[in-house]
Amino acid sequence: MALSLSSQIVNLLAALLLLLAFAMLAQRRVLTLIKLFAWQGAALALSTAIVAHATGQTHLYFSAGLTLALKVILIPWLLHRLIDQLNVRWDIEMLINIPTTMLTGIGVAIFAFSLAAPISQMASTVTRSTLGIALASVLLSFLMMIVRRKAVPQVIGFLSMENGLFFAATSATYGMPLVVELGVALDVLVGTFIFGIFFFHIREQFDSLDIRHMEKLKED
Amino acid sequence: MEIALVLGVPLAGAMVLAAFGQRSWAPEVNALASLGTLIAAALLTGRVIADGPMTALNEQVFVDPFNVFLVALTAFVAFTTALFSRPYMRTEEHHKRVNSARLRLYHSMYQLFSFTMLLTLLSNNVGMLWVAMEGATLSTVLLVSLYRTPASLEAAWKYFILCSVGIAQALFGTILLYFAAEKVLGPGGNALLWTHLHEVRGELEPTVLSLAFVFLLVGYGTKVGLVPLHNWLPDAHAEGPTPISAVLSGLLLNVALYAVVRSKVLVDGALERNFSGGLMMGFGLLSVVVAAFFLSRQKDIKRMFAYSSIEHMGIMTFAFGMGGPVAAFAGLLHMTVHSLTKSAIFFTVGHATQASGTQDMASIRGLIQQSPTIGWGLALGTLAILGMPPFGVFTSEFMILTTAMRQHAWATPFLLLALGVAFAAIFGKVQPMVFGETTAQRLTHPPALVPVFVHLAIVLLLGLYIPPYLVDWYRQAAAFIG
Repeated sequence: MALSLSSQIVNLLAALLLLLAFAMLAQRRVLTLIKLFAWQGAALALSTAIVAHATGQTHLYFSAGLTLALKVILIPWLLHRLIDQLNVRWDIEMLINIPTTMLTGIGVAIFAFSLAAPISQMASTVTRSTLGIALASVLLSFLMMIVRRKAVPQVIGFLSMENGLFFAATSATYGMPLVVELGVALDVLVGTFIFGIFFFHIREQFDSLDIRHMEKLKED
Repeated sequence: MEIALVLGVPLAGAMVLAAFGQRSWAPEVNALASLGTLIAAALLTGRVIADGPMTALNEQVFVDPFNVFLVALTAFVAFTTALFSRPYMRTEEHHKRVNSARLRLYHSMYQLFSFTMLLTLLSNNVGMLWVAMEGATLSTVLLVSLYRTPASLEAAWKYFILCSVGIAQALFGTILLYFAAEKVLGPGGNALLWTHLHEVRGELEPTVLSLAFVFLLVGYGTKVGLVPLHNWLPDAHAEGPTPISAVLSGLLLNVALYAVVRSKVLVDGALERNFSGGLMMGFGLLSVVVAAFFLSRQKDIKRMFAYSSIEHMGIMTFAFGMGGPVAAFAGLLHMTVHSLTKSAIFFTVGHATQASGTQDMASIRGLIQQSPTIGWGLALGTLAILGMPPFGVFTSEFMILTTAMRQHAWATPFLLLALGVAFAAIFGKVQPMVFGETTAQRLTHPPALVPVFVHLAIVLLLGLYIPPYLVDWYRQAAAFIG
């Protein structure tokens, strides 16, 4: 009974994760985007903890704690500091066409579900039905990186893609071995730092964080 | 023990150079650490030849004929590049293109990059392989933007975003692989160990594995530079310091291709039909043809040789995709000769651009007049990379072409056309740069040209005569992956 209740909660959180991915796709304000990203991390951490509780896989508690520390607290805090220092806190991106992006996003989600359907039937985990959602949020973050023209939203798209991947790992397999999860987390953290360094270099050179300035290297 | 040395020396070197990388003797320490790695790699190779494959550190790392050959190659080219980088970076400092803080970053990251590549090669854990590969991106991205020019920042940003996104796809592929493996091997660390996966590959779920392979190929293929995922490669090669272009082209692309081939071996065991081979042949052939046609449009010398790297990686991917002992043998040989030749070319290109003060091919003239060694180095290196006999590239390309004619005759015209177009494009551009009247200046630090001629001599030797123990070695590795 406990199992079915927790699996329902995980499904709910999975739906929330997907909803947040869509919300990020449509969000123009940088500040709200960071908040949405933190919420997505929270949903991921909570669902990992519930899977850990329901299945008794203790290493998943550790993974949930790592997600909470990294994706809900540390990285959003770093991003807040960055946008303060770069003075882009109130930036609004004007150039995205939200209706078209959302329609494409729905298409992407359907594609992800049909791709994941044969595999989730094979999974024996309580959370198998969520593999499609995980793949959909990975692809939606990918879409977000493609349509955004500013550096900070692109990086948030990348980080949210990592969220989707971690969710795929818990939903399909009860999480990767701990050493791998630690390694991935380290890479993500170092990557965020390097992105931060980059923002300053880009600002110094181009006086803006708009990556339209960085389309000079082309084949002519 | 040897494995610990191979990984420990560059890691220790990175730490030392992170503290003292701006000192005047830092380039020598950098070369010394790379020499230490090379010696450790040679000891490891000897050990594997004597005792056969082995695992260490709780099975987290392993050595077999396939990866030990790449470890030796990586350590060797990393060492010669460190030798080349000594005068090169001193001249760059003299030209005020880098300051001491950036030199410290450069030296420390150079060693860290060697470490991550060797870890990728030696890792038995498919998940750790992913982590190390992402580490290789992270350690080079700040090197690509070392000069902090607008163009180099753009190149580094593109490199970072494209490779990170690409490699995220590979992580999804790894998760799917773990998902399939967990059913057979049970949950826990063992289900991601390559040696265990290899034992049970026949029992893995085929549907999951074919999907996993698509994601792994797209992910690691981005780092190999396969068309249409190649966009970062020419920019990163052209805008970074030349020693970094040499190791990116000569080593990192090989390491990424190694990851693809490792995945292919697992998937082939699980699937009846040649699904992975077909995909690799398709991507490989597309890369060869597209890169060959882009070659003639290049104006920047480093960009042109970057496109040539895409072309050659395409040839290797095609060879491994065909499979079978001969094609795999030729693919491994091509990996060796391409990495030696291409890094030698980048060494001479580096000195040539410093002497001429530009990377624009139209402005580089008469290299032989100014410095016969640089000029002849570039001319011979170009002939070697274009597949002229008697260099080793000819041998491997000949083997790949004849195998293709026998097994996949439809592909041969495309390959021949691409090789012809590449020849016309590169030769037509290099010839005026080498001969004629010069405008080049004398270099402030004497160029390091010994590595160039050592590389070219080895490539020449491999074209004329491959020593029997090397043949054995390639055969073992080819049997393993074929």
